[in-house]
Amino acid sequence: MLYAILCYAHEETVFAWSKEEEDAVMARLHAVQEPMARAGKLGPTGRLMPTTAATTVRKGKDEPLVLDGPFAETKEALLGFYTVDVDTLDEAIAFSKQLSAVNPGSTSYEIRPFYVFHPGEMKT
Amino acid sequence: MTDIAWIELALTAARPQALGALLRYFRDLDTAEEAFQEACLRAIRTWPDKGAPRDPAAWLIFVGRNSGIDAVRKRSKNDPLPEETAFSDLSDAENDLADRLDNSNYRDDILRLMFICCHPDLPNTQQIALALRIVSGLTVPQIARAFLVSEAAMEQRITRAKARVAKAGVPFETPGPAERAERLGIVAAMIYLVFNEGYSAGITNPDNAAFCEEAIRLGRLLLRIFPAEPEIMGLTALMMLQHSRARARFDGQGQIILLDDQDRSLWDRKLIGEALVLLDKAIRHRQPGPYQVQAAISALHARAARPEDTDWKEIDMLYGLLERIQPSPVVTLNRAVAVSKLEGPEAALDLIAPLAEKLDGYFYFHGVRGGLLMQAGRNGEARVAFDRAIALANSPAECAHIRQQIDKLGAVASPAE
Repeated sequence: MLYAILCYAHEETVFAWSKEEEDAVMARLHAVQEPMARAGKLGPTGRLMPTTAATTVRKGKDEPLVLDGPFAETKEALLGFYTVDVDTLDEAIAFSKQLSAVNPGSTSYEIRPFYVFHPGEMKT
Repeated sequence: MTDIAWIELALTAARPQALGALLRYFRDLDTAEEAFQEACLRAIRTWPDKGAPRDPAAWLIFVGRNSGIDAVRKRSKNDPLPEETAFSDLSDAENDLADRLDNSNYRDDILRLMFICCHPDLPNTQQIALALRIVSGLTVPQIARAFLVSEAAMEQRITRAKARVAKAGVPFETPGPAERAERLGIVAAMIYLVFNEGYSAGITNPDNAAFCEEAIRLGRLLLRIFPAEPEIMGLTALMMLQHSRARARFDGQGQIILLDDQDRSLWDRKLIGEALVLLDKAIRHRQPGPYQVQAAISALHARAARPEDTDWKEIDMLYGLLERIQPSPVVTLNRAVAVSKLEGPEAALDLIAPLAEKLDGYFYFHGVRGGLLMQAGRNGEARVAFDRAIALANSPAECAHIRQQIDKLGAVASPAE
């Protein structure tokens, strides 16, 4: 089964990490991802800029409205995602628990199964 | 990262919102600060075991409010108890409080907290010190180190500034749209002051360099509560673009490296990427302002892979726009650099000639003019300009930079001069 694992955290805290803290966290997360990647179970992953860089397009009366900011104001913002191809939900949960263990603070992971998944191809 | 390190980051992140709410509640900065401090101590005691709350700011407001009420009661044991109506309504449920924080109150709380640091009677340095103390929560010794003064002197400065703020009266009523916009502009200017303090003094004093990052953090915070303000996008983008060059601006000896000579691979591409997005968002609003235009100019440098790829024509046009919306001899001086690239040094010298009187006491004027004269081969005049610049330099790095220019002058000087 294919899952998207969406990472939510307090962005005020995450974007206040010093370079050293940031590098340490990323190294630990990488160590968790590495076995999954080697097993061929890790698809595209991504880290998002702060919600201040976000734009939202909503249905408007005549034409769609373009609004500044994220879709929803939340305490914890969507800050990144993984795609994994695992046999069971338990495996996706286990992976998320490992990520959570090495990520400081109150980071949450939302596990969402895919109906359809196209990795696509981009030039950059 | 240890738990305590994370908790400290979370407390700093929650500070403007929590302290702003406590200030609205107690209507007294000292009481609010004490209450916040007490709440932070309790957080450090309880969060490592119980885990951090999902909404740290709401937790701190709730705990701070209760401890603040206790403190006020103890202090006034001999006075009649404060009237309950002096406080906003009391509620014991954290959930309730968290819900209410979602209303628009909290953005005015944060804005107010920043705004009281910008009292027009306070000189710039005191506004910066007060903001770093109150909004950012830096300690007095940290701020003292950055400003190269003793802790006692800084303590006194901040105490005086606070007294001035208190005397002026903190505006607690919810501002109307016009007033809110005015406050936002004043607060933006204060944040840019904090940034510039770090930008200009950062090399000689590393304590100061951290101000740049703090200012960017405050910019993002302001943008989070006012997400559709193009000038706040512009300001944040501008600071990010300038700070993206931090590692390339100075050499190992602390000498200034000019934009043209910087190693562009040292520029922070992540920060540049975020800034370019903010600028794109700002431009969509079609309300150009000084921060946006300056950010757009800075972005043209960031987009150029090599100095010779720089779009000087566009930069000249943008400085022209900036001259119209915010006329200043300094803007014209900056424009002269673009003009020199497009039309040569003589055209640029003609452009800045009328500024000589107004900018006579300004380091950069003589530095830029000396550089242009040197390009034009007028080495004798260049030497005079550089000497004048050295006399006006604000830091050893500026001084050393001009000396280097003079050395170049010597190397190309003809004996006839």
